[in-house]
Amino acid sequence: MRGKNLLIISMAIVFFCFATPVRAQEITPTVSDDEVNRVAQELYCPVCENTPLDVCPTKACAQWRELIREKIALGWSEQQIKRFFAEQYGGQVLAVPPLQGLNWIVYVLPPLVVIGGIYLAVTIVKRSRKSVIPEKKDPFQSPLPAPETVMKQIEKDLHKEE
Amino acid sequence: MIANIGFGLLVITIVTSLIAVITAIYGVTSKTRAMLETSRLAALSAFPLLSMSIAALITLLLSGKFEYVYVYQTTSLSMPVYLKIAALWGGQQGSLLFWCWLLSGFTFIVLIRKWKQDHDLLPWVIVVTNITLFFFMVLVLFFENPFLKYYIMYNGEVITSLFQPFHAITAHPTDGSGLNPLLRHYGMVVHPPMLYLGFVGFIIPFAYAIAALIEGRTDDRWLKATRRWSLTAWLFLSLGLVLGSRWAYDVLGWGGYWSWDPVEISAFMPWLTGTAYLHSMVMQDKRGLFKHWNVALIILTFCLVIFGTFLTRSGLFSSVHAFSESQIGPAFFIFIAVMFVVSLGLLLFRWSRLSSGYQIKSFFSRESAFLYNNLLFLAIFAICLLGVIFPILSELFTGQQVTVGPQFYESAAGPLFALLLLLMGIVPLTAWSTSSARNLGKTVWKPALISLIFPIAAVILGARNWIAVIAIWLAALVICVTLYDYIRSIGLRAANHHEPWWKAFLTLTTRNRRRYGGYIIHLGVALMGLGIIGIEFFQTQTQAMLKLGESLDLSGYTITYRDFQIADTPDGRNVARVEISIARNNQELKVVYPRIDYYYDSEQAVTIPGLRTTLADDLYVILVDWEPVTSEAATIKAFRNPLMNWFWIGSIVAVFGTLLALWPSRERKLNTKEAA
Repeated sequence: MRGKNLLIISMAIVFFCFATPVRAQEITPTVSDDEVNRVAQELYCPVCENTPLDVCPTKACAQWRELIREKIALGWSEQQIKRFFAEQYGGQVLAVPPLQGLNWIVYVLPPLVVIGGIYLAVTIVKRSRKSVIPEKKDPFQSPLPAPETVMKQIEKDLHKEE
Repeated sequence: MIANIGFGLLVITIVTSLIAVITAIYGVTSKTRAMLETSRLAALSAFPLLSMSIAALITLLLSGKFEYVYVYQTTSLSMPVYLKIAALWGGQQGSLLFWCWLLSGFTFIVLIRKWKQDHDLLPWVIVVTNITLFFFMVLVLFFENPFLKYYIMYNGEVITSLFQPFHAITAHPTDGSGLNPLLRHYGMVVHPPMLYLGFVGFIIPFAYAIAALIEGRTDDRWLKATRRWSLTAWLFLSLGLVLGSRWAYDVLGWGGYWSWDPVEISAFMPWLTGTAYLHSMVMQDKRGLFKHWNVALIILTFCLVIFGTFLTRSGLFSSVHAFSESQIGPAFFIFIAVMFVVSLGLLLFRWSRLSSGYQIKSFFSRESAFLYNNLLFLAIFAICLLGVIFPILSELFTGQQVTVGPQFYESAAGPLFALLLLLMGIVPLTAWSTSSARNLGKTVWKPALISLIFPIAAVILGARNWIAVIAIWLAALVICVTLYDYIRSIGLRAANHHEPWWKAFLTLTTRNRRRYGGYIIHLGVALMGLGIIGIEFFQTQTQAMLKLGESLDLSGYTITYRDFQIADTPDGRNVARVEISIARNNQELKVVYPRIDYYYDSEQAVTIPGLRTTLADDLYVILVDWEPVTSEAATIKAFRNPLMNWFWIGSIVAVFGTLLALWPSRERKLNTKEAA
């Protein structure tokens, strides 16, 4: 029994002596700074205002970059690392708000703005065309001018503006 | 003593601004000439009074009176004289005073030059400018006073106060904490005054617009009277933005010039609406169109100027809590709200009188193109506004802090910028009034065909991102159409007048400065666009820890770490510098010295890149870190920014174009002489 215990203890010593350095050696050289920065540039410093993690000069951010290196070495994906940071330090570390709750506004409003702009443009021009007020003779009025006429008119405009 | 004089002058100024407002309103309503004259003199007096107050503050800054809070916080003994003067706008209190001084100066110029000419509008201009001045003076006097002093109380507590409290003695620090090191750069020295000149410059056309609305003068006079002001304000605002970008590129060590930071965007938003306004006013000038648009755009620009100052000065970006704790935040908020509601109310009141007789007849006419231009600028502005205020709203309503980063702006506003480039490309060849897609196509196809050379060349050189290729084509389209139209006009004139081409070029350019100034601005913007495309789509970067003599490879360049030096400098810095050799195909191109400057007085570090710049690309190298004991290894980061230089070249071209458009025409000079 005593001999068995001794064997287990010596095996454990051998494991802890060799296993830890081997893991460290695996992490450090295999994950390059470029791989770390690729993830870090998608995250924001939780402490400084509006500073991406890859360029933040503080010591805290240097440690967070090392944390990213460790996670990459452990085989974590970019999404997993981002989720981990968001859970640890809050949603403000993500470069864009996650798709939840009030954050939908950020994703929905820009296309709505564009659609609204197109609608406005079409409406204004259409309404304006309908309510054309009779005015002085315009050289561009129907029939549609031939290209040469257009060119001549542009040239005329140029001279007028001179 | 000097501080007391400076403070006393501020008190007199706030009183005179109030007198100017009251007497102007009373003078107009009662038609009393003497009251109007009193109002004019009161408004005029603000500029000399504030000039003397500013001179008092500069004297304190230069003489190192560190017992004054502002002097202590923004200067130190080791700072050179020019930075001590720049400290005037380097801190909150000084910059607000500087803002007031510029506004009083602009009002002074308008009143001196235009009092007789615009006598019906100017009393209301006085009212608007002096209400604004009064508001800012309240902030300066009661919330952000630059003449506060340090006192030591009997119990040892250090307090700040304007007047000496009972049983307190003045504190005499031997040195100040110095200006924020990040601000000790030529770009940052010049950037705030430029930005403020732009901000304040837009207040004059706004004041004229409000005056015209109140007086019921809904013709073009207010617009024509302030055309030059608007263009000047736009020029300064543009310069401020470009200089700020240069500062970011040179000092922040991020490898770029623009990070869609809320502070940047708060200056960019009035630029967007101001640019829309500049284009829109051309339509009112030439066709009598867009009268509602112009008033609305200048109101929006004014409100955004105040909003931009509010956002950067209220602490709102730090958090909602900082805003509620900020003394000036709520005051700003109320002022913007009141000015916006009153201005909008006036616009709605005069809405029917602003209607235009001229109508847009075609989707492809030049008038329509200007309408699309306005809508595009406003859409980009709306996206920027959403990006800036959403984190604030989120924290306010849900308690969650979020970041809206560059990806949002680039994906939402990027396609709109592309459409703007497309419009810029085709508008010079669109016809006024009636036009069709067919006619437009027939005039544009030649330069459009030539412009295809650029994207084809990009693909041959290895560009595979189709969005980038389209963007290059759009920038090229602007360049080709502008040059095509310019060259065609020169050719026409040379043929008709039997002139050599250079003479035709000079005559055309000098006789129609507004048109060709605009063309040159468009060329500049297209060149800037190439720089933006280069860095946005083709930037490459790498980082590694290198031992002495080791190298990094980046897009064909070899970056070798050769030496490391660290030393203290006489101006209070600790400079850590590496020597980096940049080579290509085993041939050394340049040696650069990226460094990290640590400022002892403010305990802050600044990363200064080493830069090799050519028309093709920039190689931007920074020192990230180094082995502290042996200094044998250092972490080096390098960026390759293709076409970056074209951004700066384009901005210079655009400035030249604006100056050309601003230059008075011969007729105007003659009129001025005759009037004199």
